[in-house]
Amino acid sequence: MTRLAQIVCALALLAAPATAQEATAEFGTGTTPFLIRSTTDIAILAPAITAFAETAPDLAITYEQWGSNALHASAAAACDGDLAPSDVVFSSAVHLMVSLVNRACARPYLSESTRALPPTRRWRDEIWGVTQEPAVMIYNTDLVAPEDVPQSRFDLLDLMRNDPGKVRGRIATYDIEESGLGYLFAHIDSLEATTYGSLLEGFARSDAAATCCSAEIIDGVSKGIYLIAYNVLGSYVENAAPGNVGVVLPDDYTLFLSRAYMIPDRAANPSAAEEFLDFLLSPQGQTILASVGLNYTTDEDEEPAIQSARRSIPLGLPLLVALDDNTRQAFYLRWNDTFARSATP
Amino acid sequence: MSDRGAPSLLARLLAAVVVILGAGAVIAALSAWLNGRTASWEAYDRLLLGAANDIAETIRVSDGAPVVILPTSAFELLAQAPDDRVTYAVRGPDGSLVTGHADAPVPDWDRPAEAQFFDGEMRGEDARFVDVVRRFSERNFSGAVHVTVGQTMIARRALAVDLMLNSLLPIAIAGAALILISILVVRGAVRPLDRIAEDMAGRDPYDLTPVSTKGVPREIAVIVTAMNRFMGRLDRQFGAMQSLISDTAHQLRTPVAAIRVQAETAIEETDPAERDRLLDRLARRTRSLGTLLDQMLSRALVVHRTDSVAREALDLRQIALELVEARDHDLLAPGVEVELVIGEDEVTVEGDEFSLVQAGKNLLSNALKHGAPPVRIGVAEQAGRAQLWIEDTGPGIPPELLTRTGERFQRNAASREDSVGLGLSIVSAVADAFGGEIVTSREDGRFRVALSLPTVREDTP
Repeated sequence: MTRLAQIVCALALLAAPATAQEATAEFGTGTTPFLIRSTTDIAILAPAITAFAETAPDLAITYEQWGSNALHASAAAACDGDLAPSDVVFSSAVHLMVSLVNRACARPYLSESTRALPPTRRWRDEIWGVTQEPAVMIYNTDLVAPEDVPQSRFDLLDLMRNDPGKVRGRIATYDIEESGLGYLFAHIDSLEATTYGSLLEGFARSDAAATCCSAEIIDGVSKGIYLIAYNVLGSYVENAAPGNVGVVLPDDYTLFLSRAYMIPDRAANPSAAEEFLDFLLSPQGQTILASVGLNYTTDEDEEPAIQSARRSIPLGLPLLVALDDNTRQAFYLRWNDTFARSATP
Repeated sequence: MSDRGAPSLLARLLAAVVVILGAGAVIAALSAWLNGRTASWEAYDRLLLGAANDIAETIRVSDGAPVVILPTSAFELLAQAPDDRVTYAVRGPDGSLVTGHADAPVPDWDRPAEAQFFDGEMRGEDARFVDVVRRFSERNFSGAVHVTVGQTMIARRALAVDLMLNSLLPIAIAGAALILISILVVRGAVRPLDRIAEDMAGRDPYDLTPVSTKGVPREIAVIVTAMNRFMGRLDRQFGAMQSLISDTAHQLRTPVAAIRVQAETAIEETDPAERDRLLDRLARRTRSLGTLLDQMLSRALVVHRTDSVAREALDLRQIALELVEARDHDLLAPGVEVELVIGEDEVTVEGDEFSLVQAGKNLLSNALKHGAPPVRIGVAEQAGRAQLWIEDTGPGIPPELLTRTGERFQRNAASREDSVGLGLSIVSAVADAFGGEIVTSREDGRFRVALSLPTVREDTP
């Protein structure tokens, strides 16, 4: 590698830092190109894509893994015609996806399987919630006694209020400025219940840590750096699967995120995208998603409490509020007030 | 019933109903669409305004600048139109974007309205927008902040169509009912025609009796009555023809037989003087047969004309004048002068000139042949009756002959060579045809026979 090549690489990175995908994988044996851009780890979605490739042998599937903001920017640019579009955009940043649909960037599709989705998991027949992943609380099973495990946000509040010394600096949650998902969960929390204000206050009082990434949080809990973490996406925990991390679905309410699937308006191969969507929604696809932790289903008879506490994040216009600049700045301001106080005791 | 060329009543009525319904449906659809659109536009405009006001209410001034904490309720309100895309923008007094989508259109801000609705586009799709104003007069910030909210039109159009269809449905049902009722009514109305057709088809060829109009609608009864009248006329003419044929046969048999006998006798006669006498008699017989035939033809003509020729108003004096001027009497009774007695006023009757002249001729020739001069002919009017009369000083017509003139057939007329009876029967037929009668009287040794007819007032045509 010459010095010149390094410079060119560096320049390329500087020129388009936001549009670079993190990883790419190829599936299938066919010749017809089919491009999926997604925020989901390749490893997690690989079984589903491999199974789909078997049903569609003519496709040459390219899977690109992107960061959620970068993916949104690229899809928006593709919508404006500045960039070649992908055939599928599949993202956990559902508010960004809703905004793309609201900008008329998506292509409608209707089938038996999309029609069977509940109204909270589809909008305009242009965006579909394919997965079901709970936002959970996790704790270190070695360090937290079973009777101390909080079962709800109220328990967590009580814990922070009653025994602040014990949990000081050892509760973690997403840094909402760093993590789009963390911001989305926090935003929905603020709408869902008044507990959000109390939680912020509790986090401030107990010097809670705000970190960027799911992996970091899960690792921190597993290693005992944090006792408890709040609002972690359940699927990540299941995939990381450390032995000493317990999972709690808060029984006051549990947020469920459905990763959003969208076919861009200008997709080159929309029919393959439609087939892939139908495949993911089919019993086979749903089973594969469940096996990689993306489809958390509960048996209605066994866990009625979780059923009633279930709050799907609805794909629809109200999510646009989360994207509003003023609203987000105000949200960040409040958040930073809380964590700045805790960061500088 | 449906003849080639003319469409059936049902088809005509249905065509009319469909045309009326079609025109009505177009008008109703237009008005329903306008109403539905107005209602739907109002409803969704209210929604839009509600959302915009929701957003406007959350505007605060912080550090000398407007800040918006976007309310979710505004978007939940907009989500009442579940498939519509939205856009929004909050702009400061200088038009700079506070928050929202920069591509949301800006209305004419100079118009002093608190809320301004306008139409526009959202990425190529028709959309409706509202712009509301929130005014601030703070120490560190003053001016108007505009909130613009826009929404595509899927839901409002769907509602308008829905409202239109809802109001069109009853009209459609009424239309279908109307068509059904039309079919039933027309079927019911024309059913008597089928019955009449069956009646006609089932008749024997000589049955010309009237068809019953019972249960036939008035409009169709008109046709049936006219048909009945026509059949009556046909029946009379048919009868007249029959009687003419049988009369002719009866009346000609005897004279023809007599002529034959006389001819045969004349052939066998050897004496030239006797033969001449016989031939002379034969010639007279033949002439008289000719006269008889003439009379019979004229009677048949009269009977035919009474049914077939339209009546007209006639001056009876004109008829009398014509009779005298024809100067038949020069032939029938040479030397006898006929005196005409007429007044100055018109005597108008309704009738057929030819028939009346024939009747008059017969009366006159009777008087000339069988009566005694002087013969007078005249016209009189009395008590609403007009009379065409003939007078002579002869013995008059035997009353028993007169009473039989109304009868169809006068056998004794045939037995006489110069038949008074047949002549009278012509007069009688004319009298019958025009509502008149034969009147006889005797006064000062003069016998008068008259054809009396109802007069027609000049002023009542």
